[in-house]
Amino acid sequence: MRPARLSAVAAAATVAALTAVTGCTEKGSSAGGDRVVTVTATDDKCEVSKKEFPAGHVELAIENKGSKVTEVYILFPDDRIVTERENIGPGTKQTVTAEVKAGDYTIACKPGMKGDGIRQTVKATGKGAAAKRDPRLDKAVAAYREYAQAQADETLPKAEAFAKAVKDGDVEAAKKAYAPSRMGWERTEPVAESFGDIDPKVDFREDGLEAGQKWTGWHRLEKSLWQDKKIGAEEKALADQLVTDLKDWQKRVGKADITPTSMANGAKELLDEVATGKVTGEEERYSHTDLVDFKANVEGAEKAYELLKPVAKENDQALVTELDKQFGALNTLLDKYRADKASYDFTSYDKVGDADRKELSDGVNALAEPLSKLAAAVVVK
Amino acid sequence: MTETSTGSSPSPSRRALIGWGGAGLALGAAAAGGAVAMARTGDDVDPVGADTGAAIGFHGARQAGIATPVQDRLHFAAFDVKTDDRAEFVQMLKDWTAAARRMTAGQAVGEGAYGGLAEAPPDDTGEALGLKPSRLTLTIGFGPSLFEKYGEAFGIADARPEALEELPKFAGDNLDRNRSGGDLCVQACADDPQVAVHAIRNLARIGMGKVVIRWSQLGFGKTSSTTPEEQTPRNLMGFKDGTRNIAGTETDRLEKFVWVGEEDGPRWLAGGSYLVARRIRMHIETWDRTSLQEQEDIFGRDKGEGAPVGKAKERDEPFLKAMLPDAHVRLAHPASNDGATILRRGYSFTDGTDGLGRLDAGLFFLAYQRDPRTGFIRIQRNLATDALNEYIQHVGSALFAVPPGVRDKDDWWGRTLFGKEA
Repeated sequence: MRPARLSAVAAAATVAALTAVTGCTEKGSSAGGDRVVTVTATDDKCEVSKKEFPAGHVELAIENKGSKVTEVYILFPDDRIVTERENIGPGTKQTVTAEVKAGDYTIACKPGMKGDGIRQTVKATGKGAAAKRDPRLDKAVAAYREYAQAQADETLPKAEAFAKAVKDGDVEAAKKAYAPSRMGWERTEPVAESFGDIDPKVDFREDGLEAGQKWTGWHRLEKSLWQDKKIGAEEKALADQLVTDLKDWQKRVGKADITPTSMANGAKELLDEVATGKVTGEEERYSHTDLVDFKANVEGAEKAYELLKPVAKENDQALVTELDKQFGALNTLLDKYRADKASYDFTSYDKVGDADRKELSDGVNALAEPLSKLAAAVVVK
Repeated sequence: MTETSTGSSPSPSRRALIGWGGAGLALGAAAAGGAVAMARTGDDVDPVGADTGAAIGFHGARQAGIATPVQDRLHFAAFDVKTDDRAEFVQMLKDWTAAARRMTAGQAVGEGAYGGLAEAPPDDTGEALGLKPSRLTLTIGFGPSLFEKYGEAFGIADARPEALEELPKFAGDNLDRNRSGGDLCVQACADDPQVAVHAIRNLARIGMGKVVIRWSQLGFGKTSSTTPEEQTPRNLMGFKDGTRNIAGTETDRLEKFVWVGEEDGPRWLAGGSYLVARRIRMHIETWDRTSLQEQEDIFGRDKGEGAPVGKAKERDEPFLKAMLPDAHVRLAHPASNDGATILRRGYSFTDGTDGLGRLDAGLFFLAYQRDPRTGFIRIQRNLATDALNEYIQHVGSALFAVPPGVRDKDDWWGRTLFGKEA
């Protein structure tokens, strides 16, 4: 959870919304001939009637000639979704429209609604094409989006298990399922927060609420389980609500505006989360599972860093050396608080003394300070 | 809170007449040579010609911040080292020196606080933009634990000064380890508290990954001046403190009592000093309920003028035998301590209130000396029976060896200790 301010990712998304693209799906057709791209989807093909079209309004006329339900996407080079159409049944036709700027795009059909899909590269022609980014950075963003999506996908069953335990009224089982259900979220929190409305519903602490705002989500249930030690009808309803809200998150990861800069800043923000919330023990004040969140935050930051590293290395070798060292040092320090390195069973934070907390805080600062320079190392040439 | 004197009243030297004469807050730096007042900008020096808030020269044979006229405000920080990589640590000392050189001149650190890459955090944190140099001095010291923990790794084990041992336990000590010790220290003094805090904050930031702050202390209302022309400041007990302090102009006494001599050893410390830092909590509420007579008896001076018992004027020579045997001034006086004399540079502190609703206040005692064994330790042992002890408690303690000054733009803090290959 973070205070209500725009994260770097959210800020980037705001800018993008002003300048880039809007996608929408329509039933009718309104575009002129050269702006219509016919997409013929089968179980093993994704044929497009043209590979180039003028920038601006474009319409995909989709026909599913295969045997499986399919989806069709228009994607940016870094796999961010421009627009999409799901649940196109066999033998049916659908129309998707979008406003696109000049540049390269991908049209993907996903028979069976799974995987990366069958892809076609297309181009919107015209002036004002965005400068092409280092393809390695597009790859890094695509890989990070894939990671963020996987975290959301893996979180849902865990959140459902947590919700089930709550609804069964099984306090002990719910306590056990609580921290694991949060890790995917914690690893990719800057992406989740970029949507603005989900974080307040699922990850707010009581002190983060505005007057009149209803307290929902993980921490509300944390308080019931550890402090009040009881589960009532309201808690059961909140458990269902949590799963619903997390499904919303899972569905929106693909459209998050992720850039190399927002990845780098997101990594730093994850460490900021640790510095302000976890090191102090505020985040998990009832369950004291702060170190699990801590580890997840560091893992998520490290993932973004590793993906950006090949480019950062060319621009600032010293920074990369320092970051490798400090990630290593912090991970080693965290390992002191778990018996088994393969498990996420960390020492309860109320058992971590002041001197040890300071050591953790110092380790976070040692990593976060150089990490704050990663964004510049990725954009500078 | 110790009383020092050589027995003769300080006589201003010729340099004093040129430099420190009439040194007030504004003019104190005039002697530092080429002191220029300037406003802090993100870019270059911008002399504004005023003398308030002037800059104290950073370069010199000795570090500024010791004999320098005492500024109004303090931010003192003790650091612990977190790297055993000598090259990395030395590089940090060089980076610190470069930043200190700029900040003491009223300039922003590195490439400034704004105007740089939008994607990167600025080098300087910015809160001192537009403020004058405010006589900022930054003074570095090395603690005994630096040699203990990193003597081998840094190749400085043999260079440890004999006198650099943890201070012994004194009667009445109730030390909090989280307010004591430290591998390094930086004393930041300035007339503007924001300038002092900015300096420590930026050094701490530059040091991240290499050093961490162990503890820090803010101070106000200097309790001892090194400029006898000024009115002697009062401590939080309401008494004048530091009447007989060594003046910044008393070259002879500085040489004798403050600066480490060439022959004292080790060589790297020649021209430096030893710094004792003690956080002395005052039991303010009980002190305030103490009768005037008892207060004056405890100090051995009267409260209004500051005159020693039986004398009329503050600077009259004290007659120790007229004071009670446990009077503070009597026990702390050089005549009671084989002549032991130290240069005091302490500040009052008030860190809000404690959990019992009492002021968490007192004296952050800073004293420079040529050798702590014949300086602070000698005097503090003699204060075991000090009547003042009923109203004070030492809760923090540290000792540092303070290297000589940074001589020029190519020199750096600690070069004489670490610079063999540099």
